[in-house]
Amino acid sequence: MKAIWIYEKKLQYPVRVSKCDPKLAKMLIEQYGGADGELSAALRYLNQRYSIPDKVIGLLTDIGTEEFAHLEMIATMVYKLTKDATPEQLRAAGLADHYVNHGHALFYHDAAGNPWTATYIQAKGDPIADLYEDIAAEEKARATYQWIIDNTDDPDIVDSLRFLREREVVHSLRFREAVEILKEYNSTKKMF
Amino acid sequence: MSTVEKTPSQWRVYRSYHSPFDPCSPRTRYFNVPPNVLQPFQTSARKQFAPHEALRKGTLWPEYYSPYPPETRGGEAE
Repeated sequence: MKAIWIYEKKLQYPVRVSKCDPKLAKMLIEQYGGADGELSAALRYLNQRYSIPDKVIGLLTDIGTEEFAHLEMIATMVYKLTKDATPEQLRAAGLADHYVNHGHALFYHDAAGNPWTATYIQAKGDPIADLYEDIAAEEKARATYQWIIDNTDDPDIVDSLRFLREREVVHSLRFREAVEILKEYNSTKKMF
Repeated sequence: MSTVEKTPSQWRVYRSYHSPFDPCSPRTRYFNVPPNVLQPFQTSARKQFAPHEALRKGTLWPEYYSPYPPETRGGEAE
């Protein structure tokens, strides 16, 4: 298997932040280093793909790669929301704990500060078990985006978050299709 | 119930038991059933968004578009 990544120095979808709201950064970090966040998604799919049947390897590579593009979008939002914040403003946003450990840097932890852990993800080596986990992960990420959207009134952030949420819908769809492909794997009619 | 089916709503509404002694006023609960759940396999010859609109929306296919937040919630929304 050969994988080649081409890095384009631009985001998958524009990220504009119109409101100075460091509190939102604390919520967004859930999708950065949280259990159902983009880092978990990217690492989960790009690892599972080695042991999945050939027909769906490409799908896991595509989606896993796109998750890194989403991770960059979230990172950009968090960075923009915090880069000019004073320690006082960060403290008011509930980010003092983050500041004493990381300063203005980003880090892989969830909204409650729990550090990212590989126990968030799994590779069972059973194609159906793995794809069902992937479908569940997409639905959980979709729900997380909904709850973040519910917590902001910045129309520009909402615009980007709605895009990311829709991509979860599309990814879930494609994982469901992968399950259908595997159901038919050894039967005579292969008409996808 | 209408027999003419439009695009089915992506929202489902439910209520839970509310006791007269509950401290907060009751809330209608709703949840989203996105189109990938109802139609988990793409078929051919479907409508497409124009390329620029598709890039903005995050999908090429109107039947897989799931707006959030909905304009109104609770069944009518789309």
